[in-house]
Amino acid sequence: MSYEKMIFYVVAALLVFSASMVILRRNPVHSALFLVFAFFQSAILWMLLEAEFLAITLVLVYVGAVMVLFLFVIMMLDIDVAAMRAGFIRYVWLGGVIAAVMLVEMVLVVGPARFGLEHYPKPQPSAADYANTEAIGQQLYTTYMYPFEIAAVILLVGIVAAIGLTLRRRPEKKTQNISRQLQVKREERVRLVSMDAED
Amino acid sequence: MLALSDYLILSAILFSLSIAGIFLNRKNLLILLMCVELMLLAVNMNFIAFSHFLGDLSGQIFVFFILTVAAAEAAIGLAILVVLFRNKRSINVDDIGTLKG
Repeated sequence: MSYEKMIFYVVAALLVFSASMVILRRNPVHSALFLVFAFFQSAILWMLLEAEFLAITLVLVYVGAVMVLFLFVIMMLDIDVAAMRAGFIRYVWLGGVIAAVMLVEMVLVVGPARFGLEHYPKPQPSAADYANTEAIGQQLYTTYMYPFEIAAVILLVGIVAAIGLTLRRRPEKKTQNISRQLQVKREERVRLVSMDAED
Repeated sequence: MLALSDYLILSAILFSLSIAGIFLNRKNLLILLMCVELMLLAVNMNFIAFSHFLGDLSGQIFVFFILTVAAAEAAIGLAILVVLFRNKRSINVDDIGTLKG
């Protein structure tokens, strides 16, 4: 067994293990941490597939941002885990059977009979001076310029939507209104009173 | 040598696991979102495997856009979840039946 194959099987086993832990753990924090682990394992597999840029992006964007957001939300919410688990056993059979049937069907379609090495031979490893990031950037800024800009707009809409949804103004909270403070005139605040000096 | 089918079968296993996860944790909205992320990961692995074995960079570009959309989706989904929890004090799917009328 070659070194590459050994890495693949070890990482794939860890990936499947962590994915099943994601769906089986009782505690949502554990699920999120196992999901982080699963993302990390797939980043390693993507490295094996010579997609270095996306592997790093997966770790940076998913592990660094999305999963931290998930952990924030899980720890912020007070979740009643026991009520969530009601009916878990009852649905183990249904879920397991449906997933198994789907898996068998998919393996029959994508198995080695149609997508084996004789149909799709292993491509030559790219040259040492080939930069995956550079190639992706070249494509993104030329062929896929328009989708790239749309993706930027989607992210902007995402920011606006997330802030707009969670922003809450409490009427009882007292905060400074800076612009109104700056617009105040002297006449509104200061009153000069002329009065006689007392003896 | 690793064949394309190895990667495809691995991502099929991942996809089925996340389907099973949606069935098992169908009350917990948070785990449902995590299962959707896992599904997207399986799909992305398919894209990258095909991109590698066909020598075409378009698959990786697709994964780049999927990652972008998935990040936006996760942010908005979690924001909706937080608002829901603020109003209902629960994220149990059974408690979300207001639209039933």
